[in-house]
Amino acid sequence: MQLELSQTDREFRDRMREAFTSTVPQEIRDTVLEGRHLTRDQIVESQRALNAEGLAVPHWPVEWGGQDWTDLQRHLWHEEMQRAGVPIPLAFNASMIGPVIAQFGSEEQKERFLPKTANLDIWWSQGFSEPDAGSDLASLRTTAVRDGDDWVVNGQKTWTTLGQHGDWIFTLVRTDPEVKKQAGISMLLIDMTSPGVEVRPIELIDGGHEVNEVWFSDVRVPGDLLVGEPGEGWTIAKFLLGNERVGVAPVGATKRALATLKATAGDLMDDPLVRARVAELENDLLALELTALRVVAHSAGGEPHPASSVLKLRGTVLQQAVSELALDLAGPASLASRAEDDSPQEGWARRAAPTYLNLRKASIYGGSNEIQRQIISRTILGL
Amino acid sequence: MDFTYDDEQQALREAVRGLLKQTYGDHEARRQAVASDDGFDRALWGRLAEMGVLGLPFSEDDGGVGAGPVEIGIVCQELGRVLAPEPYLASVVHAGGLVAAVGTPEQKADLLGRLSSGEIVLAAADTSPGGRWTSRADGVRASLDGNAWTLDGVADPVVGGEVADQFVVTAALPDDGGTGVFVVAADAVSRTGYAAADLTRAASVTFDGSAATPLGEPGRDLSESIATISDLTRIMGANQALGVMQSQVRATTDYLKSRKQFGVTLNTFQALTFRAADMYVELELAHSMVDWATMTIAGGDRDVVADAADRVGLAVARAGRHIGQEAIQLHGGIGMTAEYAVGVGTAHLEVLDQWLGNAHHHLTRLSARVTDHELVEAV
Repeated sequence: MQLELSQTDREFRDRMREAFTSTVPQEIRDTVLEGRHLTRDQIVESQRALNAEGLAVPHWPVEWGGQDWTDLQRHLWHEEMQRAGVPIPLAFNASMIGPVIAQFGSEEQKERFLPKTANLDIWWSQGFSEPDAGSDLASLRTTAVRDGDDWVVNGQKTWTTLGQHGDWIFTLVRTDPEVKKQAGISMLLIDMTSPGVEVRPIELIDGGHEVNEVWFSDVRVPGDLLVGEPGEGWTIAKFLLGNERVGVAPVGATKRALATLKATAGDLMDDPLVRARVAELENDLLALELTALRVVAHSAGGEPHPASSVLKLRGTVLQQAVSELALDLAGPASLASRAEDDSPQEGWARRAAPTYLNLRKASIYGGSNEIQRQIISRTILGL
Repeated sequence: MDFTYDDEQQALREAVRGLLKQTYGDHEARRQAVASDDGFDRALWGRLAEMGVLGLPFSEDDGGVGAGPVEIGIVCQELGRVLAPEPYLASVVHAGGLVAAVGTPEQKADLLGRLSSGEIVLAAADTSPGGRWTSRADGVRASLDGNAWTLDGVADPVVGGEVADQFVVTAALPDDGGTGVFVVAADAVSRTGYAAADLTRAASVTFDGSAATPLGEPGRDLSESIATISDLTRIMGANQALGVMQSQVRATTDYLKSRKQFGVTLNTFQALTFRAADMYVELELAHSMVDWATMTIAGGDRDVVADAADRVGLAVARAGRHIGQEAIQLHGGIGMTAEYAVGVGTAHLEVLDQWLGNAHHHLTRLSARVTDHELVEAV
């Protein structure tokens, strides 16, 4: 048992701190730190800058741009990035499809997609959920039927985050309706400019356009765009979702959001009740961060530690709790969320209500918090 | 950074666990021990002395073993696991800690040597009736007449005070001179023992012109050292609470798997398994805080340790309420009974928190400091 970082890890952390502030433009980092929306171009610019320094996809295999770091170093990379206000590399690329292609893809797929995926030359979207397949993902109904060398895809995906920017979409499709539902699923990579692909926006409660429906009508997909083997899609999806859960506890970003709130709250920080709420949140975030470090220390062989469900569950709850505090501190000023830009109300206060509403998603996506409780009670407690 | 125990630490845990299991493997044995005159098992105390557990925190020069905070934390966790009523926290960690912090070399060798060997039990008297958690004595006053010190006043609760051979007393020094620490023999006080809610023993101790020996340099204000030892005791109390909570989560999951209602085991009901999952979440988060706070001690910075004590105190108090209450609720009626360990564990968690510092206390202190930093740094 030892608390201090080793000399090597301290130097590593300092190197990350330095690299993140010098690599990514201040304006982009300020946008993140103040909780404003990033444009597509800003997200692309940031990821390309990181990629040029070898900092975009360190968890990938070394031959595809990864770094030979320890789990702790990857954790420090992730935390320092959030602390500096650097946008996390696009999850669909860096955390989801990249590792999947590296693990399950053909050599041709790796060469074709991985460099462009790391550099965000291709913007990937995720085509998993369907109107009738949410937490019960395996009941998905989008079909892919063999026609010569091609697959012909029909169906509808939903909750496709930032799908309006997508160049390609990785999808789970039913290629065999005759077998057990999990066994009939495959993963297909689909060019979103293909005829028959239609993206329709969904307006959310925060007024934003973050997610979409994606419709497929007789979309022809060349056979070499199936990842792994036909019927292997469920295995691939579990691999992908396991990776997602590990990175989904936004410890550094939530700490940063609370620190920013403290700094902007001004005289409100004299209120003892406000101070108590902040102190309690800081303590809960410390417990979360320490648990993340413990999980990192115990994750062997790339398998996520079962306690990663704890991180997802509590991490999203705390992320939401900080947004609730921000909204309470904003008070009447928060009503001006959709006012014109010349509103006399402060920006953080105007963003408080949409942010609060938007973050309700956090306990739903990435395996809802009820699914995480299910994992804990079954896998860890044996109930 | 490393959250794992080394082989020697694992061996210590196994040895202590094995010994405690012999005595308290069955909750009925604990019930008998707390009902005895001493309120704990003297034979077990003797074996803990033989194993070196009672001398763990103290230097070899003082008759101890010179182990670190992680080892002491392991012992406290194991004591908590079986709800052991032995006054380890009160006598070894708190009272012994005060002697080690402020005593002269001769005093340390004498008192800590005899404490480590099991010859004497110490108790720290630092709380006045109705008092709260403070390093400034307000219930007992020290007077100096010639070279002779005497104490007057009441300390209550004094955990372990019913069986103590010597008291380590914090007392207000003459002329607003701060707080000193004194050793007082049991025959120089009058005391009334009682059982707390978890059936561990405490006492009300009255000093009436009681002859006292100053620890360390006579007449010096020792509030800083007193506060630091309270912080260390708080962190070790959190280790003990962790052991209690681990047992409660284990007992609750076992119960859900075995208890049948409506013809099926209770783990068939998602309303219950989800609540068990939430108990586990609280347990693991508290566990991380306990490990972290324990590790801060080795750094030797008293401000860091004070902050860690508040943080872990708040964390285990919150987790203890959640887990303790849910453990009883998910057991149903059996959890309410004195013959079953779960409900007694809930009482034990409360006694630890109200004795050493509850959530309100720690949150008040953390709130006062909340604008002193931008971020809370884990490392």
